[in-house]
Amino acid sequence: MAGVTAATAHRRRAHGASASRPWGVAPTALLLLGAIYCLFPVFWVLIAATKSPGELFSTSTLSFGTGFFDNVAELFAYRDGVFWLWAANTLIYAGGGALLSTAVSAVSGYALAKYRFPGRNAIFNLLIGGILVPAVVLAIPQYLLFSEIGLADSHWAVLLPQILHPYGIYLARVYAAAAIPDSLLEAGRIDGAGEWHLMSRVALPLMVPGMVTIFLFQFVAIWNNFLLPFIMLGDDGKFPLTVGLYTLLAAGANQPALYNLILTGALLSIVPLIALFLTMQRYWKTDLSSGAVK
Amino acid sequence: MKRSARGAWPYLFLTPAIVLFTLFLAVPIAYTVYLAMRRTRVSGLGLGKGARREVFVGFDNFAAALADAELWQGWLRVLGYGALVLGVMLGLALLFALLLDSARVRLARFSRIAIFLPYAVPGVAATLLWGFLYLPSLSPIRAVLDVDYLGATTVTYSMANVAVWGGVGFNMLVLYTALRAIPRDLYEAARLDGASEVQIALRVKIPMLTPAIVLTTVFSIIATIQVFTEPTALRPLTNTISSTWSPLMKVYRDAFVTGDLYSAAATSIVIAAISLVLSFGFLRVVRDRAFREG
Repeated sequence: MAGVTAATAHRRRAHGASASRPWGVAPTALLLLGAIYCLFPVFWVLIAATKSPGELFSTSTLSFGTGFFDNVAELFAYRDGVFWLWAANTLIYAGGGALLSTAVSAVSGYALAKYRFPGRNAIFNLLIGGILVPAVVLAIPQYLLFSEIGLADSHWAVLLPQILHPYGIYLARVYAAAAIPDSLLEAGRIDGAGEWHLMSRVALPLMVPGMVTIFLFQFVAIWNNFLLPFIMLGDDGKFPLTVGLYTLLAAGANQPALYNLILTGALLSIVPLIALFLTMQRYWKTDLSSGAVK
Repeated sequence: MKRSARGAWPYLFLTPAIVLFTLFLAVPIAYTVYLAMRRTRVSGLGLGKGARREVFVGFDNFAAALADAELWQGWLRVLGYGALVLGVMLGLALLFALLLDSARVRLARFSRIAIFLPYAVPGVAATLLWGFLYLPSLSPIRAVLDVDYLGATTVTYSMANVAVWGGVGFNMLVLYTALRAIPRDLYEAARLDGASEVQIALRVKIPMLTPAIVLTTVFSIIATIQVFTEPTALRPLTNTISSTWSPLMKVYRDAFVTGDLYSAAATSIVIAAISLVLSFGFLRVVRDRAFREG
């Protein structure tokens, strides 16, 4: 029947399920161009980091060199292995900070989504409004206040200010609203469960997928942060990779002999994030409102 | 959800967030305002105890910040840079999101992941990678387009390119997520009326995307006004970027190089005020979305 055929073809076009469906050369080419643009610098540093200082300036841009392991060894030996410290510090800041941030966001988001109480909207607006405050307004007084209590040049000075994250609380609230049925909480209450028990045993387990997303965003945000540690820290033994890389660049920009060190450092500082990023693909969502729907 | 029968529990759950908000947002903001209204007065020769006093000067520091020619030049540079970044980055993000959504492209998954990948690269590392790509001695892109990428005028474009590269993927993902949430029936109706894919994109998809576009624009404005990492990290490679290239760099210099905390505080409040004014619409968008849950 003609009608059925038309409807089927129509559905095919709409859902894009058929392989014989026409595809656009121009749209595909445009997207691939975008992909190449975005991959190119990463690909380039991957190659450049394999080159010895001599090869860096003499061999073709796109041919691998022979000095990768020498570069890594040289980088790890640089100033008694300070690169290791930077990497460890980054893990502490990003891992610890994101973990604490996720916990605070999840509990706050749950309270805001699942309870009605006086001041709820005011508190939410206040917490979310924090996203509008430029980091610079906070970083300088935070530095001064940390100095007052003698903690300016410490791990705490970088860790503590990055726990509260408005976007995390927003995502947690949206996710809690979508993923936790009110009926489940009510049933728990009828069974005599306390509010703490409901939060820790019923609500938070249901929020785990959303919490992974919040953790990832916060982990990347702290890993990539430059301004706060740059302002807070003076002792390079406490630097994260971003500030460390900057000091490496500032020291070596005029010494081409150090370029291979800088490029290897840049490569090693982005590899863990790219690995995390590729393995956690399905958690990278910017909207969690459909959270409960699998 | 019953009435507010749960008493203190929601407040208890929100306590960590509120404590962090107070310590790391409210107090630093208040301290910045306090500092911005004070100044050191030197009496006599400025020698001996009590010769330097901190006094209240009202809005003098703000007046000075508004009259500061160096700062205005910074604003103009950031305005040009920001217009470039916002236009190109959001334009590309929208284009890529629409192409991904059109269901007529091959390798869509690969392109989406590749374009989002720079999000995992810290700003310092991104600037460093591109900075080396711009260097005459290393640059493979000079073979394509032979210009001085770090010249007095070109450096702005080069820096904008770093920001576009780092930001296009995240914004694309936000827009793409919003696009996927639009009911497909809308497009069917338009197709039955004989609309082409391009017409559907322009007349149906983009209007439906408006809240998401506003959201990404406001986020981008806030980030662009505070531009600091890219020019700071590019400085070691070129002498065309001054230490006060952007307003935030001037704040940093005032506070930590010349030690004038009062000017730095006043300037940072001016930066905050400008970004608050520009991003006023943001809260409304967030609230509309968050309250959809009812």
